[in-house]
Amino acid sequence: MTELLQRPPKKDPQKRTVLPTSPPSARSRKAIAFSTAAAEGRLALQICAECDHVIYPARELCPKCWSMDLQWQDIPDGGELITETTLRTSANTYFRERMPWRIGTVRLDAGPMVLAHIHGDVGEYERVTMIARTDKSGQGVLMALPEKETANMADDKQLRALTCDPRHRRVLVTDGRTQLGQCTVNALANAGASKIFVGIARAWRPYDGSAELAAVSGVEIMPLDITDTISVNELAAEIGGKTDILINTAEHVRPGSAMQRHGILTARDEMETNYFGLMRLIQAFGPGMRGRGADGDNSACAWVNLLSVYALSNWSVFGTTTASQAAAYSLSQCLRGEFAGSGVKVVNVLFGPLEDSWRQPLPPPKVTPKRLADAIVHALRQGIENVTLGPVAEDIVRRFRDDPFVLERELMQAQQGQAV
Amino acid sequence: MSKKKSGALAALATAMSSGDVETVDLTHTLDSDFPVIVLPPEFGQCAPFRAEVVSRYDERGPGWYWQNISMCEHTGTHFDAPIHWISGKDLPNASVDAIPAGAFVRPVCVIDCSKECAENEDFLLTPEFIQAWEKEHGQIPAGDWVLLRSDWSKRSGAAYLNMREDGAHSPGPSADAVKFLVEERDILGFGTETVGTDAGQAAHLSPPYPAHHLFHGAGKYGLQCLRNLDQLPPTGAILVCPPLKIKNGSGSPLRVLALVERGIA
Repeated sequence: MTELLQRPPKKDPQKRTVLPTSPPSARSRKAIAFSTAAAEGRLALQICAECDHVIYPARELCPKCWSMDLQWQDIPDGGELITETTLRTSANTYFRERMPWRIGTVRLDAGPMVLAHIHGDVGEYERVTMIARTDKSGQGVLMALPEKETANMADDKQLRALTCDPRHRRVLVTDGRTQLGQCTVNALANAGASKIFVGIARAWRPYDGSAELAAVSGVEIMPLDITDTISVNELAAEIGGKTDILINTAEHVRPGSAMQRHGILTARDEMETNYFGLMRLIQAFGPGMRGRGADGDNSACAWVNLLSVYALSNWSVFGTTTASQAAAYSLSQCLRGEFAGSGVKVVNVLFGPLEDSWRQPLPPPKVTPKRLADAIVHALRQGIENVTLGPVAEDIVRRFRDDPFVLERELMQAQQGQAV
Repeated sequence: MSKKKSGALAALATAMSSGDVETVDLTHTLDSDFPVIVLPPEFGQCAPFRAEVVSRYDERGPGWYWQNISMCEHTGTHFDAPIHWISGKDLPNASVDAIPAGAFVRPVCVIDCSKECAENEDFLLTPEFIQAWEKEHGQIPAGDWVLLRSDWSKRSGAAYLNMREDGAHSPGPSADAVKFLVEERDILGFGTETVGTDAGQAAHLSPPYPAHHLFHGAGKYGLQCLRNLDQLPPTGAILVCPPLKIKNGSGSPLRVLALVERGIA
């Protein structure tokens, strides 16, 4: 069993904050696909299309038959720990600061022998479950977990370095007025977040669920309107130094295409929340979080963006909203670049139509706010950076991977009344 | 030009320097969190006040501080021109840039309904209430501004709009009171402390929004989100309320002042 992680003590104000350092991040271009799968929580290796050989580490050609036709595929996650050792010193600053550290060799059921981080509850020669995740450098790594759940398993130091577990962490939910915001708050409270700051814009307007929201354990209601630079900056001045996870639940959604709009004000409102709102949050909270990526057990660890899957390709039924979400998606990629090396993950959840008033006439299947909230907390606990949620989103992402230009044409035809 | 030391303005200047005439500020601060009117979400919305710093003695401008500001014409303490409402759309000189400047400096009557509004948040000003006020303070002169004092400006947060599931609850004039002020008194304009000149539930009056519909239809002006009306005398003060000169503007945020003679408040 793993020792239960206790709530971190108050920070010693006389000590300098530990700055983030990174484990080795160099990877070949071929190996990027491994990290990309790991960011989705998938374990994928190259498989030779000619001889079915499973290849590790990533290579240009098959070491068995020299074929260049290597395909990335998800592989079974079982394996056996062959050897293990505990490092007690290292030339790498990141590991030096975190000694001792277990590593070992695992024989995967799929074939290859791999070098992996080893969970503290795994014994030698035991069966293991392998996970691929991105580490603090942003690159994909392998970790061997006990095959069966052990007590306090998520609290393992090495595993917690790969995840963004909300337990004992302080979270900002930027908009608590909506069902989505309130479901997210409940999911975080159940996950053991020590403090949940909940942004409420225009407190002079009443909203459904306000009494229940204020009663949730750990909740502190804060004035926050992400369309107002002053409001965002004032809140960051207050809690920016203790925001470990930021979840941007604010969105402005209106049906309509560009020519269905009369004037630009609705489109501007969409941009004010979906794009400039994110921009304001990044400018106000980003630097503090980036500097606190190694700040103890409740370090800053994750920034969560919730984006319509149509950010990938415009859907003209919600044409101008979609355009603003595409802008937000692009900005989230910019943020990933800026957070690189800080140990703070940018989690993007691409979701299909949400079950809410602005998407009320859309046909099912839709994603309920609770399901989206649960998916956020699941991604944080698992350390997953890219989430696709709901059948519509899964379908769009699959087609986007196949060919984004074909997808664009398909969505255009859908607008013309033809089935997609 | 000869220096004239007697006359009305000279007397005013003397009274202002001596402190016999004081200036009262009837304006709320333009603050991004000050309530604006809320319409059903499928309608266009009134933009709140926003400020973005252009530079503040920094790399964007090392020696100076300035902001870009944005808002609706009807945000904060603001002026309504007749063109704001469909009933006034075809009147001459009905936009803020075309209104004769004399309208912006005029005597003002203040009808104190604060006690009634404290007891009834949906209080409606009636012709009878106005006539009772006139018995005490004299008939409202044609061409005066009339302000409804409700002390609503002393409310803050959610209590100001007082929004519930059936809409906002705040005082205002009844349709009959508006007709009386237009037809019987020919006032210049009407002002309130609430977010609009109409009552919170005025959508359910006949006609809906009588202050907007009837005042503006008759070429009268509006002022709303006023404050400090408790510092004004019932009669005898001068209202100063020039809106921004926005081309074809339907209204404008503005600084509203009142000149008050000490001792009569």
